[in-house]
Amino acid sequence: MDVLVCLKRVPLAGGTLILTPDSRDIETKHLGFGISPHEENAVEAGVQLVEQMGGTLTLLTLGPSDAEEQLRSQLAIGATRAVLIETDGQEWDPQGTAAALVDAINAEETKFDLIIFGAESADSAGYQIHIRVAHALNRPIITNVKSMKIENGVAVCDRVVTAGREHYEVALPAIVTVRDGLNIPRYPSVPGRMQARKKPVDMKKAEARVPKLEKVVLTLAPSKSTGAEILGNGADAVPALVDILKKIGAF
Amino acid sequence: MILVLVDQDRGELDQLSLRALTAARKLGQDVEAVVIGNEGSALAGIVGEYGAKVLHVASHANITDYTPMASGRALKDLVEKLKPAAVLAAGSPRGNEQLAHLAAFLDLPMAAECSEITLGSPHHVLRARWAGNLIESANVHADILIATVLAFSTEPESANGGAATVVDFEPALEPQDYAVKVLSRDAGESKGGVTLNDAKVIVSGGRGVGGPDGFGQIEELATLLGGTVGCSRVVTSSGWRPHAEQVGQTGTKVAPDLYIAAGISGAMQHIAGMKNSKTIVVINTDPEAPILGYADYAIIGDLHQVIPALTSAIRQAKG
Repeated sequence: MDVLVCLKRVPLAGGTLILTPDSRDIETKHLGFGISPHEENAVEAGVQLVEQMGGTLTLLTLGPSDAEEQLRSQLAIGATRAVLIETDGQEWDPQGTAAALVDAINAEETKFDLIIFGAESADSAGYQIHIRVAHALNRPIITNVKSMKIENGVAVCDRVVTAGREHYEVALPAIVTVRDGLNIPRYPSVPGRMQARKKPVDMKKAEARVPKLEKVVLTLAPSKSTGAEILGNGADAVPALVDILKKIGAF
Repeated sequence: MILVLVDQDRGELDQLSLRALTAARKLGQDVEAVVIGNEGSALAGIVGEYGAKVLHVASHANITDYTPMASGRALKDLVEKLKPAAVLAAGSPRGNEQLAHLAAFLDLPMAAECSEITLGSPHHVLRARWAGNLIESANVHADILIATVLAFSTEPESANGGAATVVDFEPALEPQDYAVKVLSRDAGESKGGVTLNDAKVIVSGGRGVGGPDGFGQIEELATLLGGTVGCSRVVTSSGWRPHAEQVGQTGTKVAPDLYIAAGISGAMQHIAGMKNSKTIVVINTDPEAPILGYADYAIIGDLHQVIPALTSAIRQAKG
């Protein structure tokens, strides 16, 4: 079983975002970096599959050379090796990103049985990279997976939707995107961290393409500027709230 | 002409699609709609009321519950025939996914979660990023704009149109388009009753509730107000409540008349899912909690005291 997990280095922003002076990016001077939500679950799923069935787990990312930090920390969880497609530090549009990932996957000697993405990135909210990669590799894709078992070359997956739980099956090779709740990601062990330093990270270069979805500028979304009217403290404030609920017709 | 994908599930219309139809009308061109699956022809009335002159219905023996790649192929067939100026859908997980398949088939860019669209050369959009905390102004270089409409960014407005003319078509599917199929579906963790999408009132609990038992009082208040229970991501990851109740970027985006957030500090991804609610009431011990920046009213205090007091006061007021 050979598994590939795709990751994205993203700033760990707390409650408030600040933009760079040219308003094209988030100011990251005072921020740490991590990977997108759901991707820790993707790595954990890959590690578990290789533990159970043997094989290899490869990590792939596209980003600045600093993204090696995120690859090393996930190698410490138990991945075999990693590939970093180094950009100029600029953000690439979804088509350019997907094309570079596909080129890197096709250049690998290993023909991966399963490719796993996190369900969505923290930052760009494009909702398409995984689908473009599936089309280019001519592979089936199941998104938003919350539980997954691999049996006899078939992935049995569930996804949670408003109407309940949907059950899917697909023969490998395939692509899945996973959500948190799929598993509980482990923390890296001390030996894991030591080994990760020596694990291979292949650095590749790719040429940026002219973006078809071209970012012009970013602005911060306004919050309600007036802020909340504080009705008071504790249970003493309840009568004021009851009056308001009555006024807006809540009961 | 603007083509709008109207999403349906077993004949039930996705309400966000009416907002997408409204957004499409504002672009000043004729609007036609497309629905995937033959149950969709029953939607000709409502789709027409919201301004679509024609409803294209894609039917195929291998289009079952939800086959997004087959949807993409059906949309591709239709787009190549009709040559619309733009293809829009609701910015829901299913809307984003089906249009992404279309974009991949046509190798065209796609702009997801757009709050504003201007057709031109290039097209221009404003789109939400970082769970709605950033707005990106972007140019889209393509003949045909493929975009999804940010949930709740447009109020649904009826055009008082008559029923749309139904035009059936059978897309030329390839086997890989339906290699992934829903085998079965069960109610899973959802318990029936009022769903988050339909609820006029949502009472949501977060970390401050303290554990699964604490949700009894939340449920009681929600029931009293004829609403339903929501929760934050930490609550579902801790296994206190089912995922179907999670409000936020990674759960369900909601916009009820009244949203009561109890013990929720307001992570970005939660705010993204509830900030369009008409009235937002916060109950929180921390007067600095980020969610207060989005609230209309707040009580600073422990929800374990405030909620029971509120429930009994409402009972009394109801008489």
